[in-house]
Amino acid sequence: MKTDTIAAIATAMTNSGIGIIRISGSDAIETADKILCLKEKKKLSECQTHTVHYGFVKEKDRIVDEVMAVIMRAPKSYTREDTVEIDCHGGTLVMQKILELIIKNGARPAEAGEFTKRAFLNGRIDLAQAESVIDVINAKNEFALKASMSQLGGAVSIKIKRIRGEILHEIAFIESAIDDPEHYQLEGEGAILSNKLNLLLDEMKSLLKNAENGLMLKEGIHTVIVGKPNSGKSSLLNAFVGKERAIVTDIAGTTRDAIEEQIMLGGISLNIIDTAGIRNTDDLVEKIGVDKSKEYIQNSDLILYVVDASSSLSSEDFELMELLQGRNVITLFNKSDLESAVGEDEIRSFLKTETCSISAKYGDGIEELEQKIEEMFFHGKIQINEEVYLTNVRHKASLLEAEKSLQLVKRSINDGLPEDFYSVDLMNAYEELGKIIGESVEDDLVNEIFSKFCMGK
Amino acid sequence: MSCIVENYDICVVGAGHAGCEAALASARLGFETMLFTISVDSIALMPCNPNIGGTSKGHLVREVDALGGEMGKNIDKTFIQSKMLNKSKGPAVHSLRAQADKAAYSAQMRKTLQNQEHLTIKQAEVAKIITETQSGKQVIAGVKTVSGGTYYSKAVILCTGTYLNARCLTGEMVSHTGPNGLQAAKYLSDSLRELGVEIYRFKTGTPARIDSKSIDYSKMSEQFGDEKIVPFSFTTNAEEIQKDQVSCWLTYTNEKTHEIIRKNLKRSPLFSGMIEGTGPRYCPSIEDKVVKFADKEKHQLFIEPEGLNTNEMYIAGMSSSLPEDVQYQMYRSVAGLEHAKIVRNAYAIEYDCINPNQLLSSLEFKNISGLFCAGQFNGSSGYEEAACQGLIAGINACRKLQGKEPMILDRSEAYIGVLIDDLVTKENNEPYRMMTSRAEYRLILRQDNADLRLTKKGYEVGLIPKERYDWVVKKEAMIQDEVMRIEKVMIGANQKVQACMESLGSIPLHTGTSLAELIRRPELNYDVLAPLDKDRPNLPEEVTEQVNIHIKYEGYISRQMKQVAQFKKLEKKKLPRDFDYQKIHGLRIEAVQKLNLLQPMSIGQASRISGVSPADISVILVYLEQMYQKKK
Repeated sequence: MKTDTIAAIATAMTNSGIGIIRISGSDAIETADKILCLKEKKKLSECQTHTVHYGFVKEKDRIVDEVMAVIMRAPKSYTREDTVEIDCHGGTLVMQKILELIIKNGARPAEAGEFTKRAFLNGRIDLAQAESVIDVINAKNEFALKASMSQLGGAVSIKIKRIRGEILHEIAFIESAIDDPEHYQLEGEGAILSNKLNLLLDEMKSLLKNAENGLMLKEGIHTVIVGKPNSGKSSLLNAFVGKERAIVTDIAGTTRDAIEEQIMLGGISLNIIDTAGIRNTDDLVEKIGVDKSKEYIQNSDLILYVVDASSSLSSEDFELMELLQGRNVITLFNKSDLESAVGEDEIRSFLKTETCSISAKYGDGIEELEQKIEEMFFHGKIQINEEVYLTNVRHKASLLEAEKSLQLVKRSINDGLPEDFYSVDLMNAYEELGKIIGESVEDDLVNEIFSKFCMGK
Repeated sequence: MSCIVENYDICVVGAGHAGCEAALASARLGFETMLFTISVDSIALMPCNPNIGGTSKGHLVREVDALGGEMGKNIDKTFIQSKMLNKSKGPAVHSLRAQADKAAYSAQMRKTLQNQEHLTIKQAEVAKIITETQSGKQVIAGVKTVSGGTYYSKAVILCTGTYLNARCLTGEMVSHTGPNGLQAAKYLSDSLRELGVEIYRFKTGTPARIDSKSIDYSKMSEQFGDEKIVPFSFTTNAEEIQKDQVSCWLTYTNEKTHEIIRKNLKRSPLFSGMIEGTGPRYCPSIEDKVVKFADKEKHQLFIEPEGLNTNEMYIAGMSSSLPEDVQYQMYRSVAGLEHAKIVRNAYAIEYDCINPNQLLSSLEFKNISGLFCAGQFNGSSGYEEAACQGLIAGINACRKLQGKEPMILDRSEAYIGVLIDDLVTKENNEPYRMMTSRAEYRLILRQDNADLRLTKKGYEVGLIPKERYDWVVKKEAMIQDEVMRIEKVMIGANQKVQACMESLGSIPLHTGTSLAELIRRPELNYDVLAPLDKDRPNLPEEVTEQVNIHIKYEGYISRQMKQVAQFKKLEKKKLPRDFDYQKIHGLRIEAVQKLNLLQPMSIGQASRISGVSPADISVILVYLEQMYQKKK
């Protein structure tokens, strides 16, 4: 159901402390009541405004988390709408789970900047702040778009496009027959469509399963491994991943394309990118890789800067450190098995950084590094933009909605409804799937009708 | 040299299906109206297909009727066959289509126009639009004819159809005429360009007309009209129009036909590059079909009578611009047409029209106050599309003169609303034809409830008499009462009920249920369940039909109603006119360009412009609120 009640995670997505999930809109309290089980068996809707209540978030009979729920009735809330805030035990997985439950129970994922927008439109934020509201909306939207594009795996995107294409074709056929009934007939269409829907629903189920397992999105902390050529970046990645993925040689510049790996580190998901060694080069192919690395550095949450501790710092190192200013950096003194030529203090005098000594080749110090990353994450030093998580939730909500729509078509077929009713829900599925890959409907249907079916007088 | 100078309230240019509705609306609302036509004999001419209505077009005719237009009444008086299409499908896509006696249709409309008070008809070609500048804005002042006559008026409605700089093509033969060899309008396009109007060039076509005597119908299958004829107009008494109907005939092209066409493609102006205009994908010529759908072994053709007093038969499905000699070969390759004698050749026609993005939803030009336009001039195609625009342009020209807000139907109120909104907000690259799939709320926009949707509006405008309005209000109440009553009727699983279920081919009840639940079963409906409904009042059929639809499709209909409620919210948020969107900080450049060009009237309309993203909409919303707070 499309509703005007929205929900999102209101705090940064870290595994630390407390997380807050906010629901706002006319059905906010009712929706919260569907997933909350308060201590005194009370309903939130029976509670006074601006009160805090202890209880549990439950999925059916299973407890998801122990929470505090704050009820704020309109107009005394940030958005001036009925609002419920659920304070839970942080933890990205728990927060996501709770948000999804809320979505399943009637709210929809907030659009980028929507809380702020509502706050403004409902007169909560004053005029002077309007410009910054627009900036928030634009910035969040841009990030959401980027997140959506970059997070969606290529295979998923292709699959969704294909499913969408098939749905569109079915609608176009039905619509052609409605438009030109003396030309195209729909006898037996229900049974044929039903079979096709079964196949499409199977594919959707596998997409949903992937989404549940977080495989659909390459979410996680964007981690970039940098370092001058042959400092040991690829060996480090292999030590993390435990298999030979990147080509590890002693010739400088063999890793030309960035390599991406996703690993789990004590419940934190890292999205690791190994870049080509940054070095001044005339080799065109390698140059592209280097430019790309600079871009990755700009978009990263965390940088692992690998220094070859066995040789002294070169001009390339200094150039690199210039690029790393102001970012979250852990400097790794690699080749700890060899004699050290660089000291921690030397690096620290150029760059604000955490440090760690490792031997990527022999796997020494990797555990220590993992602990360091976890620490930074739990202490909130590394944060993930909540839009990334919201993107995932939005995608899932769209997939579920699309699946529901296809199920409705099946029901309409079983109930013996006329064929023109099928297109209503088919179109809805088409639209929802489009949201995932960022495509709208526009004139798709009319174009498909004219290109596939010979119509007209 | 002295010339005629006259004064009118409103001038209508063109007396086709748009012009007739516009002129009638204007005169009926009491405005002195001048209707110009290139030939009085071609009033309400049907130069292409001999029918009115059809899928989604039938809806338009019903809507025109509910608003007080003439098309429905006119076809009810002059049809020779009638058919409700899509009867096996849901009520939303039932569409009425009638074969017209073309000459009778035209004569009947001419009679209505000529007997209309406040309406003057003049045979003349309009050559120039006269405007004046008032506080920096172009305002309409009247028109000038080729003969030098000046007709001052407060509003002008252009309904020039396919006549502007028209050019007809049959193979290598080109004639600079309008449809049917009628005189083209040569000067008006230039006058419009001088006013800064952007002109498009579109193309359409028509098939040959063949002498009925030369057709062998034994090789074709006969297509009958409906046994029970349903009228178009809500004012026509159905019993009075039950009559003998003529038949249409079905035949097919074949491989030989396609071979002839393929061999002669080079001689088709469509493929030789002689035609510059864009044609409608909806009515492709036969050469288009053969090329685009090369794997199709045959294309179906309907042979339709053009009237009772003519031998000419319209060959639907086979429009063409191939040369005359090829046309003979091609038509004669079709089963039943072996000895065909062509009365009129098929031809393609090219004409000037405008980019309708220059219009407001009221069909007035954004930049020329008082200049309205309708029909094919706006880039649409079809008689019904033209008529409904003519009616709206006519109504809104009058409302402007009355100092009232224009009547704008939105996408949730009428197919007319969908059509006009598409024309004025979307990019339009071909003659626009209505289709049911273009209406996102089509379960609500049915042809059966056009009166319930629009009669009140027609009454407010002044085109619907009080009695008709009162009847609709009463009908509404009867529907509501009966739906409420039905919802409460419970049916027990007793023997009488089970027997009834069995006789209706429906599975027996497990337990008691509501009558509404039973009506929702696909094999049942309101009517057949009468025996189980003892307290049923005696209601007119048009009421029980609505009750049945309401209950049967309640789930889907209420879902669409919810969507409509959301849609309306955005339509209600109005945007300022003549606004420079560059002033809004944070809008993307593409959005600024599109918005400045189109000047949408509401947030809803803005959101339908391609190139305007949801984030842009949010930005505009915030800006509007900012302005509002500043004013406070």
